[in-house]
Amino acid sequence: MRRAASGVMLVIAATGACSDRGGTETVRVLAASSLTEAFEVVAGRFERAHPDIELELSFAASSELAVQIEQGAPADVFAAADEMTMQKLVDSGNVAGEPVPFARNRLAIAVEVGNPEAISSLADLAEPGLVVVLCAEQVPCGRFADEALERAGVQVTPATLAENVKAALSLVQLGEADAAIVYATDVEGNAQVEGIAIAEDENVVATYPIARVAEASNEDDARAFVDFVTSVRGQRVLRSFGFLAP
Amino acid sequence: MSRRVSRRPPAVALVLAGLALATFLVAPLLGLLERAPWRELPGLLGEPEVRTALRLSFVCSLSATALSVVLGVPLAWVLARTRFPGQNVVRALVLIPMVLPPVVGGVALLLAFGRRGLVGQWLDQWFGVRLPFTTPGVILAETFVAMPFLVITVEAALRSLDPRYEEAGATLGASRWTVFRRVTLPMIGPSLLAGAVLTWARALGEFGATITFAGNFEGRTQTMPLAVFLALETNPPAAIALSLVLLAVSVTVLAVVGSRVLARPRDRHVGAAAVSL
Amino acid sequence: MSLDAHVGVRLGSLDLDVELRAEPGALVVIAGPNGAGKTTLLRVLAGIQPLDAGQVTLDGDCLDDPGRGRFVPPERRSVGVVFQDLLLFPHLSARENVAFGLRARGLARGEARRRADDWLGRVGLAGSARARPGELSGGQAQRVALARALAGDPRLLLLDEPLAALDATLRVETRRELRRHLDSYAGVRVLVTHDPIEAMALAARLVIVEQGRVVQQGSPADVRSRPRSRYVADLVGVNLLRGRGTGGTVALDAGGVLTAADRAPLDEPVLVVVHPRAVSLHRRAPEGSPRNVWETRVEGVDDEGERMRIQLGLPIPMVAEVTPAAAHELTLGAGVAVWASVKATEIAVYPA
Repeated sequence: MRRAASGVMLVIAATGACSDRGGTETVRVLAASSLTEAFEVVAGRFERAHPDIELELSFAASSELAVQIEQGAPADVFAAADEMTMQKLVDSGNVAGEPVPFARNRLAIAVEVGNPEAISSLADLAEPGLVVVLCAEQVPCGRFADEALERAGVQVTPATLAENVKAALSLVQLGEADAAIVYATDVEGNAQVEGIAIAEDENVVATYPIARVAEASNEDDARAFVDFVTSVRGQRVLRSFGFLAP
Repeated sequence: MSRRVSRRPPAVALVLAGLALATFLVAPLLGLLERAPWRELPGLLGEPEVRTALRLSFVCSLSATALSVVLGVPLAWVLARTRFPGQNVVRALVLIPMVLPPVVGGVALLLAFGRRGLVGQWLDQWFGVRLPFTTPGVILAETFVAMPFLVITVEAALRSLDPRYEEAGATLGASRWTVFRRVTLPMIGPSLLAGAVLTWARALGEFGATITFAGNFEGRTQTMPLAVFLALETNPPAAIALSLVLLAVSVTVLAVVGSRVLARPRDRHVGAAAVSL
Repeated sequence: MSLDAHVGVRLGSLDLDVELRAEPGALVVIAGPNGAGKTTLLRVLAGIQPLDAGQVTLDGDCLDDPGRGRFVPPERRSVGVVFQDLLLFPHLSARENVAFGLRARGLARGEARRRADDWLGRVGLAGSARARPGELSGGQAQRVALARALAGDPRLLLLDEPLAALDATLRVETRRELRRHLDSYAGVRVLVTHDPIEAMALAARLVIVEQGRVVQQGSPADVRSRPRSRYVADLVGVNLLRGRGTGGTVALDAGGVLTAADRAPLDEPVLVVVHPRAVSLHRRAPEGSPRNVWETRVEGVDDEGERMRIQLGLPIPMVAEVTPAAAHELTLGAGVAVWASVKATEIAVYPA
């Protein structure tokens, strides 16, 4: 009985005392799925440089995060995978200051290691019998993919429309899909998939903006993080993951 | 002269019940109704995507319910009427989908029935059958999460059924199958129906396993919950409208079927001799 | 057509070992106290409970023989059972209940219904064909159960306490009706009861089972005249005592001596039967011909309407039967001292 009671106390203490770490400030960052690996590293570097600031990262499709922010979810910084989503937030008055582009990304085709289906271009995706995964059109990655396919003049019937780019990627990783249109950064350095480049004239470049969320609790710390991301050090990390300069 | 002494329910019970109703039922419902785009509703509902998602949801949830009944009733019978080593383990396995997070269930289904899955690879190689990203895949995912509800309900009903009725049937010359069909099943009818309604409701609302295993494609695998989730990102009013539709339909069905099934008195396993003279 | 069974079953604390034979002409009633194994015996005959040892043969067909590994399941036996709780299927109408066995055995729906209606008519329930068991009275339900058991034309009819669920007044009427139906049935009949009146009234042959063994069997008259156990004695309503013969008298095991007209074999264990009617009660020590006179005390009084049963205590516990007027006159009540007398000619003695 005593052990159970102290166990309960521990749980209460842990859940309740998130941001009260005697002196440290917490900055909540909502970022697009494609930024997952890169931002983890950026966050680590930032926290080492600013020991008094604690970062909390959440990753999901930009569109999904935008809805959460609009509904009032606590957030200090928002990093989106496309400008349209950011603009919607600006229009609804949820952004403080001006959004700043901090990276660009291209699309790429993710295939299974060894490329068993011998895919070399977007046109190959129209092959009948191929299991192709695209992002849903409601998420930025999906819109970009549709745009690229249109530029290439290719009609693809996907097997499924993933709710975010990481979900699409994981289907290829699991071997459930033959190919998926994802970001170049998703295939860069990823040993579980192989990346097939998309022709320049067909490819779409996504610009990633970052901004402070309006009514954020700690403006200065949020600004510090945004500045770090756009700084040389932040950019170096992003570049190492395959993101292009803004 | 007699007077009716009615005792009021204890205050504590009333307060807690009221809290439960208010928090979990009334508040969310009011929230939904308050933000509903009443004017755009008819237009939104007429859209083909909405109808497609609705129709797919119903076809799949009903199929999943039927499949759950066909597979679940024999399973419940074996658990209730037979005894074999490891029975408790089997029962725990049957109930696992109830405690598993649905997405985890979806991943498990992929690992089992996906293209490279344990069973799936043979289905693909030998029969050319692929389950992920197909409508049958949706039905499989929904059955996976919903069937335990049916098994649990039916097993309990079978356990509480007086076995002497089945013995009586046997002495009248009925084979075991006939006894099951004409005595056992009808006598657990109400429980079976209640279990089926619960199963159907669970299947209708299923999201995590469906989106993970069956995927999301309009007309083929995009059920209502998936449509609502995605609509929320780009068109919140549409999402709310879809939610309302799903809610209205579910409430109607539950009201019609549920009141006759879930609120009726217990199954008839009390002997006829208990009748008043 | 006959039943020949040697039933050996071990079930929980019950150890049943009974030999039973029954012919079509004679209704066999199995009577005994609760827990004796009567219902288990019926379940074995019906096929619901398999034997541990022994065999069951009906008309030369072996239904159950563990020694030879043969067991015929109940659905393949030609047996009709009227259960203690009737067990009418609550979701079927009276007609469908009666037709159940017929349809289960392959009869077409229409023909089954016709025969069911016919049977319902025979038990006087022609108008209740559509009623559900829940809508029937106890007596009506009992008749439906009987019709259901008989409709399949079984070779063996088993009845488990068929009147137990009915109240006393209904029981008398129903018993007579039951008798009528049973008499017109041609197969082997075995009925189980714990009600002494039912046993005496219906039986052609009584089989008394106590604690898993047959204690006594015979016609009701045989059993009545020579009860062999306390239960049977209570069943027939007489006083039963045990003792040893001592020339012209009997030394009772529990103490005391009785003089009987019958000669008891010397030093042999005997059973002594005294009908309560034969016991006279007096205020003072009586003088007269009765050879057996003793002083005793009243332990209890049972008012049975037209008769009063007076329980007497030591030295010779027994029950006396007097009229209410007599009881009143003697002011009989618990604890009252009385003198009891029994004529020697009223005492029956026979070897134990």
